[in-house]
Amino acid sequence: MQCQECGKRPATLHFTKIVNGEKTEFHICEACAREKGELIPGTAGGFSIHNLLSGLLDFNPGASGQTAGVKSAENLRCEKCGLTYSQFSKLGRFGCSSCYKYFNERLDPLLRRVHGNTTHVGKVPRRVGGHIHMKRKLDDLRRELQYRVLHEQFEEAAALRDQIRELEKNISAE
Amino acid sequence: MGNLQFTEQPLSDWMNRDGNESNIVISTRVRIARNLVEYPFPILATNQQSEEVLNKFEEVLNDERMKPFGKLHPIELADLDDLDKQVLVEKHLISPSLVTESRNGAAFISDDESLSIMVNEEDHLRIQCLYPGLQVKEAWDKASAVDDIFEDHVDYAFDDKRGYLTSCPTNVGTGLRASVMIHLPALALTHQIGRILSAVTQVGLAVRGIYGEGSETVGNLFQISNQITLGQSESEIIDNLYGVVVQIIEHEKAAREKLLSDSRIRIMDRIMRSYGTLSYAAVIDSKEAAQRLSDVRLGVDLGFITVPLHALNELNVMTQPGFLQKKQGGNMSPGERDIFRAKVIREHLEDNVQ
Ligand SMILES: [Zn+2]
Ligand SMILES: [Zn+2]
Repeated sequence: MQCQECGKRPATLHFTKIVNGEKTEFHICEACAREKGELIPGTAGGFSIHNLLSGLLDFNPGASGQTAGVKSAENLRCEKCGLTYSQFSKLGRFGCSSCYKYFNERLDPLLRRVHGNTTHVGKVPRRVGGHIHMKRKLDDLRRELQYRVLHEQFEEAAALRDQIRELEKNISAE
Repeated sequence: MGNLQFTEQPLSDWMNRDGNESNIVISTRVRIARNLVEYPFPILATNQQSEEVLNKFEEVLNDERMKPFGKLHPIELADLDDLDKQVLVEKHLISPSLVTESRNGAAFISDDESLSIMVNEEDHLRIQCLYPGLQVKEAWDKASAVDDIFEDHVDYAFDDKRGYLTSCPTNVGTGLRASVMIHLPALALTHQIGRILSAVTQVGLAVRGIYGEGSETVGNLFQISNQITLGQSESEIIDNLYGVVVQIIEHEKAAREKLLSDSRIRIMDRIMRSYGTLSYAAVIDSKEAAQRLSDVRLGVDLGFITVPLHALNELNVMTQPGFLQKKQGGNMSPGERDIFRAKVIREHLEDNVQ
């Protein structure tokens, strides 16, 4: 069996990658494996996810609507770095952080396919993400308010309502 | 660059500390990916831009709060020879793509080698923490603390909806990849490995292993990591990985018990033969070495042999092509390596077993 990467050398590593239950087989030579992936101690080479991606990025939403939607996607272009969507789908990588903005309309299906999700819920940087911290705090307070009302703890609820109003004022002032 | 301290010893200092479950889990690695908002990602950055990125990050090393992590040595890839690069990759201190793809690539490596900060890899910044045994939470806490310090000095590319923006869409969101290197010989010997690993992948984790000619894995080492970086918080990712690995450990322990009770002599024979081969062979290729080392590691845990675990961890690195050539002092053909590898193993076992 020939290496599926270079097609030149015989495949010596037979590697199975399983993503969300979907099995993909790789048959590659040692040189290509070394070039591609993270190494694992005690073994000759590894493999990374990039090759999987190019397949994912060609993903068309809706098997039927191939003409109009796909054409316009090919014309998408990041104004900041100049990368086009079709270059992005070949490379499997964004060119700059603004690409996320310019390709935004195409990203939900892609991200859902890779992560099963489209929205970040994790860590937020302290400086850049100041208002997100406030929004999350607001959500927490609202949840607590609901709980207090439900359990007829009205004194606590009134205090929470004041806090929420204050926070809302700060957020809209920004 | 004169003497590179990081390529002299096979084992980093961090690996010599006690780890949790270290008879089964070799090591834990956490890395987080970050980018600067004002520069294109490394794939499109010009030489000058990537140089500026490197300078910005290098300044952060002067922050007082970096002190507790030990002295960080900035190493520019351009200054290294090929063997040094290969050894750093074999020790997981840098990634292969930092070697092959990077412009103005660099790494800041701590004295004990437990912290390695890569610059101008696929992303501008990759903070990597390594721990012995199973210590996912500890590794994340440390990486996150380092991340906080960097964030005080530079403007990260962050989006309210997508989180930390990365060059590759598989990393966006948390930018977090947590992985555990685990040794599962008994599950392999009892033919349960496929079932268990495919169950693992049902819960958003990825398994990597290397297969040899047949279907048998080499060295019974597997890397288990989170696949999803978006839509889960860091603590969910960490807890999920930890919880699954703990269950795998239970299965591996049960399989080891079963081997001992059902086929003690046969497993002992296999282990002692491997020990004999490693102790006396004159030629050994990397695949056989990995398999025999796996047997011996199992033999230590089952109480058949006494070899210090650190000596086996050292051999896992010492038997890699880069380290062998570094130790020998020059390039060797694969055939020459197989002979030298056998010698290195013989001598190392002799030194560590009285
Ligand atoms: Zn190849
Ligand atoms: Zn762009």
